[in-house]
Amino acid sequence: MSKLIVNRRRFLLGSAAVGSGLAVSGCSPFDFLGQRDNPIRNAMEQANVLTYQAQRALIGDQVLAREYAESEIRQGMKPNGSTEPTTPEYMFLRGMNFEPYRLTIKGMVEREVSFSLAELRNMPSRTQITRHDCVEGWSCIAKWTGTALGPVLDQAGVKPGARFAVYHCYDNIQRTLSGDILYYTSSDLVDAYHPQTILAYGLNDQTLPVSNGAPVRLRVERALGYKQPKYLHTIELVDDLSPFGQGKGGYWEDAGYDWYGGI
Amino acid sequence: MSTQEGLPSKKGPLIYRQSIWTRVTHWTWAICLFFLLLSGLQIFNAHPALYVGQQSGFEFDNAVLRIGAVNTPEGPRGRTTVFGNTFDTTGVLGMSGPEASPTYTAFPGAVTIPSFRDLASGRVVHFFFGWIFVGALFVWFLASFINGHLRRDIVPKGQDVRGLPGDIVDHARFRFHHGRVYSPLQKLSYFVVFFILFPLIILTGLTMSPGMDAAWPWLLDVFGGRQTARTIHFVVMVLLVLFFVVHIIMVLLAGPLNELRSMITGWYRTSPGTEAQEGDKP
Repeated sequence: MSKLIVNRRRFLLGSAAVGSGLAVSGCSPFDFLGQRDNPIRNAMEQANVLTYQAQRALIGDQVLAREYAESEIRQGMKPNGSTEPTTPEYMFLRGMNFEPYRLTIKGMVEREVSFSLAELRNMPSRTQITRHDCVEGWSCIAKWTGTALGPVLDQAGVKPGARFAVYHCYDNIQRTLSGDILYYTSSDLVDAYHPQTILAYGLNDQTLPVSNGAPVRLRVERALGYKQPKYLHTIELVDDLSPFGQGKGGYWEDAGYDWYGGI
Repeated sequence: MSTQEGLPSKKGPLIYRQSIWTRVTHWTWAICLFFLLLSGLQIFNAHPALYVGQQSGFEFDNAVLRIGAVNTPEGPRGRTTVFGNTFDTTGVLGMSGPEASPTYTAFPGAVTIPSFRDLASGRVVHFFFGWIFVGALFVWFLASFINGHLRRDIVPKGQDVRGLPGDIVDHARFRFHHGRVYSPLQKLSYFVVFFILFPLIILTGLTMSPGMDAAWPWLLDVFGGRQTARTIHFVVMVLLVLFFVVHIIMVLLAGPLNELRSMITGWYRTSPGTEAQEGDKP
């Protein structure tokens, strides 16, 4: 057996070279990846399209997200994002205990329809105990009660050319000098018609509180939290997302988050 | 190779040891793991705590790790809590940057991509390289199965297990034998990386996806919940970083030029006394 004589000086020199290389490779050289219009970043975003298509191919349209036992609700639903909208419309509705509230379905539909809270509550309801996954990394199990969205859309009659549902909300997630930015997001029709996609008006056996999106929020259980808009007032069926906001399909999507939101 | 005065210089034959598939996937992983680590730390910074179970407790405590900053009488300090034991990690974890204007993030900007707080971009980078990482692993498994690399160099056999104690002694004495195939310790460490760590980090990553949890609900049962999967994902990252450190040290000790050449050209200089075979170069 041969005996390799380790050249200590060369080893130390080599270590120093590798070490210093690591030290200067801090990450500001890659800060260009944070620029929303950078072509390399935009190319990398295509991986999200691949994720969306892979998951759509892998998951049947009707496959449910896991539902949990009552005993697994160990805490209140963590409010996040907007928790107290201050737009005049919302404050008026809130002051009226949401009596005048109406949910409108419009856009590429046979007939525009709208429903009061009482009408929504009188439709068949669905209750599900599911896990809410936030894009930040936390999760929370809660019980949601509401009306399935699919049959509601059917009452309006979705036209064949429609591809997306755009969800418009009351809350001013961001206030700027040129006015409030209102929250919105969107989904494909697979998510809109999914059996667990409900217009939720109840949370943990109580009326949905303001901090969690009263009077109505959407639940899309196979997606992250930002795909589950609170303070929902209008659902618009469209074939193109570009006219809304900055054209990326939602408030957080406009800020650089992926549209599908299933990962 | 060392030459001593008065002795003839003896070299083993130059053998073609690394196939093109091994070399290309090796460097692909090197790049991917670099970006995955740094964008992953960016993602971690969005919620710098790890838990056990399906959910993160806000009204109950199931955290096993928490990194943050707290106000103390001496001013703000970085604090890291592991299994209930709190350490002051000011300057590195929780609070870092220049003293005049510190930043309050879990991991400092020097180890995140981008260097500033940007979860959206961290996710774009992470998922892009995640796809490439998985693609390279798929290609490597297929090629290595076909060309025999798996059987020859990765999966430890009986003789490797028997040779393990001797190989540990050799490594402890910095005595490396450059043979045709990997040494028992090498086989074992690569086997652990390819058959345990890589699959674990991919599957725990998928378990964090609500879409994948619907597609493959068994993921949640195998890993004991989404938050446990997130914790395992982080722990495997730490193990891969440790592997990287040892890997680099071993390359430096075993002769960095020969090791690098074999991973670039495929040709590897063996120890004196290694029997020459057809296809070798002198």
